[in-house]
Amino acid sequence: MSQTANSVPKPSVGTGSIGAMTARSGASLNEARIAIRNLDFYYGTNKALKGIDLDLPARQVTGMIGPSGCGKSTLLRVLNRMYSLYPGQRAEGEVMMDGQNLIAPDIDMNELRSRIGMVFQKPTPFPMSVYDNIAFGVKLHEQLSKSAMEERVEWSLTRAALWGEVKDRLSGSAMGLSGGQQQRLCIARTIAVRPEVILLDEPTSALDPISTLKVEELIDELKRDFTIAIVTHNMQQAARCADQVAFFYLGEMIEVAPAAQLFTSPKQKRTQEYITGRFG
Amino acid sequence: MSATLAGMPPKDDATAVRLGRRRDRTDKVMTGLAIVSTVLGLVFLVSILFTLFWRGLQAMGPTVFTEVTKPPGSGGGLLNAIVGSIIQVGIGTVIGTPVGILVGTYLAEYSRGSRLGEAVRFVSDVLLSAPSILIGLFVYQLLVLPFGGFSGIAGAAALAIIIIPIVVRTTEDMLQLIPNTLREAVMGLGSPKWKMITLICYRSVMSGLITGVLLGIARIAGETAPLLFTSLGNLTWSVNLSQAMSSLPLTIYAYAGSPYEDWVSLAWTGALIITVSVLLLNIIARVVLRKS
Repeated sequence: MSQTANSVPKPSVGTGSIGAMTARSGASLNEARIAIRNLDFYYGTNKALKGIDLDLPARQVTGMIGPSGCGKSTLLRVLNRMYSLYPGQRAEGEVMMDGQNLIAPDIDMNELRSRIGMVFQKPTPFPMSVYDNIAFGVKLHEQLSKSAMEERVEWSLTRAALWGEVKDRLSGSAMGLSGGQQQRLCIARTIAVRPEVILLDEPTSALDPISTLKVEELIDELKRDFTIAIVTHNMQQAARCADQVAFFYLGEMIEVAPAAQLFTSPKQKRTQEYITGRFG
Repeated sequence: MSATLAGMPPKDDATAVRLGRRRDRTDKVMTGLAIVSTVLGLVFLVSILFTLFWRGLQAMGPTVFTEVTKPPGSGGGLLNAIVGSIIQVGIGTVIGTPVGILVGTYLAEYSRGSRLGEAVRFVSDVLLSAPSILIGLFVYQLLVLPFGGFSGIAGAAALAIIIIPIVVRTTEDMLQLIPNTLREAVMGLGSPKWKMITLICYRSVMSGLITGVLLGIARIAGETAPLLFTSLGNLTWSVNLSQAMSSLPLTIYAYAGSPYEDWVSLAWTGALIITVSVLLLNIIARVVLRKS
């Protein structure tokens, strides 16, 4: 688990490979932005996460892979307390960020979720205009003048690589956008709140290949400013996007390593079996 | 699998054809029955509508909307009944709709699985199917006897009680249609729950909520029984809510049973007005729902 706290990320260059898969280097990981220690999670009496220890390096991408039901999405939903919406779900352990345990009961969840944004599997545009979709989240936390808000909307849509496509239809309904555009709108909506961490829960599984590519390029771009965690079923995607990859199986984290290392020389047999497609 | 298949007797084509023919015959019989039932239903519906328009249009004219009810043989219209209906249905809707929407919101968004929620839903469903005359009697005990007389406000209260469970049901049903992923997306931005409900959930099912309210209005506009013990009916002009108040259903009830030809005709006209209004509300509800 000990990771070298090297604050200068080296430029990523593709290196080792398994089969057709090329893993990016990212051999040096930044200091942890979020440190998860001995985290257990329960759906009622069913223990879905068992003693997870994981660091999310600042301004880098952590990929989470593993077969369905292994707990990777559950872990993501712990980080922004999404599980707290549902009685019967509870977490135990430590999720430390800035000296605070995020799963403590006295955490201000609205404030927490403004710092840790989330993008979901299916695009979820709100039933309002493109502009209002972005402004909605911003208005929850900031009081901006009209011009400042316009600036923020343009900034976030530009960062989400959507501005060019929607700048002439900002007042049109967001429901009229294509699936890929809607997902990028959801990403724009999330970054408009200016979080520090962005959680992506299989953000491209409902998208076509071209939209997927755009979102992946976007993730690469966003990690200059944001700490990112992405859950994915697609190992190529993890290899393409992530600096660090964690492999989950049956509620346990089997292995975590820099992406290149995990995909080329996994230490655990189960990781090896999973990434070579022998199960999962 | 293939081992057991190999061990099976060969397919009997004749049986397959025979079974297929039997399905076809059953299909024809059932289709025929369905058509006959549909035609039968439509015949009744059309004959009712035809009679309604035929009799209703006989006394129809501008005076129906400009003059109040008058003694038999001296003409008159239904103005007081129409205005009384609009007042009572309007007040009933204004009182009942917010209550119904709030209760429906509680059931869909807050009570998930709680025992209180189950109890509220059960009571609301009982209220939905309760005979409306019971609600009239209830309001009679509550607002008529203690305050010494029949009143328009008592009628409006009875109608409000009837519309509440209708709005509760449609509101809850509509909100249940919203996928949890949308709620999570809103909460994920750091939104408090009440903003999620009022700014996103209501907006995404707005047409459904409006439809529910319109159908509720259509339902209470034709209610007679709950008004019998509450607003009583009034054959003169009165918009005083503390006095007995006229309404279309009560006027129809009083006129249709009278021995006077012109009153009976006006009763048909009143019935036509209610029917057309309710029909219009239903059409508006459908248009609103389709627009979404």
